[in-house]
Amino acid sequence: MDSVSIVALTSIITAGICMAIGSIGPALGQGRAVHGALSSIAQQPDERNSLTRTLFVGLAMMESIAIYCFVISMILVFANPFWTYVIKKAGG
Amino acid sequence: MEIVDINQIGPDLVIFFAWHFITINATIVYTWLIMAILVIGSILITRNLSTGLTMSRWQNLLEVIVGTIRSEIQEIVGDKADRYFSFIGTLFLFILMSNVLTFVPGYVAPTSSLTTTSALAILVFFAVPMYGITKQGLIEYLKEYFRPNVIFFPFHVMGELSRTLSLAVRLFGNIMSHEKVIAILLAVTPLFFPVAMQALGLLIGILQAYIFVVLTMVYIAAATQSHEGAEHKHKGHH
Repeated sequence: MDSVSIVALTSIITAGICMAIGSIGPALGQGRAVHGALSSIAQQPDERNSLTRTLFVGLAMMESIAIYCFVISMILVFANPFWTYVIKKAGG
Repeated sequence: MEIVDINQIGPDLVIFFAWHFITINATIVYTWLIMAILVIGSILITRNLSTGLTMSRWQNLLEVIVGTIRSEIQEIVGDKADRYFSFIGTLFLFILMSNVLTFVPGYVAPTSSLTTTSALAILVFFAVPMYGITKQGLIEYLKEYFRPNVIFFPFHVMGELSRTLSLAVRLFGNIMSHEKVIAILLAVTPLFFPVAMQALGLLIGILQAYIFVVLTMVYIAAATQSHEGAEHKHKGHH
């Protein structure tokens, strides 16, 4: 295999694996967070507003971990620096 | 109408106008658009304010927005809200406006470009120590970096840098990923699903604006209050 196809293959597979593994952790964490928040709301419905606000902020912070993985896989697929380097090498 | 190609990340590469070294891309144009909407809207509304019982509906809107932001700041920073109001309010309104306008065809949110979000995060990066220093004084603020002891200094610095990065990438990633999802759905299931996703996008945009601002307030609260808390505890022991 020449270097161009090796770089393409590695980038695509890595992007997929990055997205797949990177979303497991945040998903588990968000599940736990929602579970905790729901049982707290069920126990104390009066505190619903502050609980919901804290829940959303926490969820977004967990979500951002998955978003980092997504950004990296987007860079690997669409704006890959190694790919442009290899193409430039192969072209000239 | 999509003006950003599907294999471009962000609207930075869509160039409207280029002359020598000046290039005006879509990010700049839409940032200017939002600035114009906010500035002209505020000028028009505040031109004739009334203090009586009757007021225009626009003044009512502005009073609701300002009152809500002020009470949120009061709740989180727990301080006089007016000092932080101009900075935090501007950040919130700018991000909110840029995220919410995405349902207009042909519009690309400037926050879906990493340059805009990095600029906002760098503003926060410089504003937090500024507020901390004006509140506590330079020496007291710098002492925070060596708490609980000297070994923690590099970790504090690393924390400041990484939270700036995460602020920028979080906003950028959320908005950009949403635009990509809509673009892909447009290619796969054209009619109904993209509309539903756009409705979800409004929620995500408002939530991300809120989260950006809440995190900024939490950082400002940490920079201005932590020492007071410690001193208070110290006094309590005696």
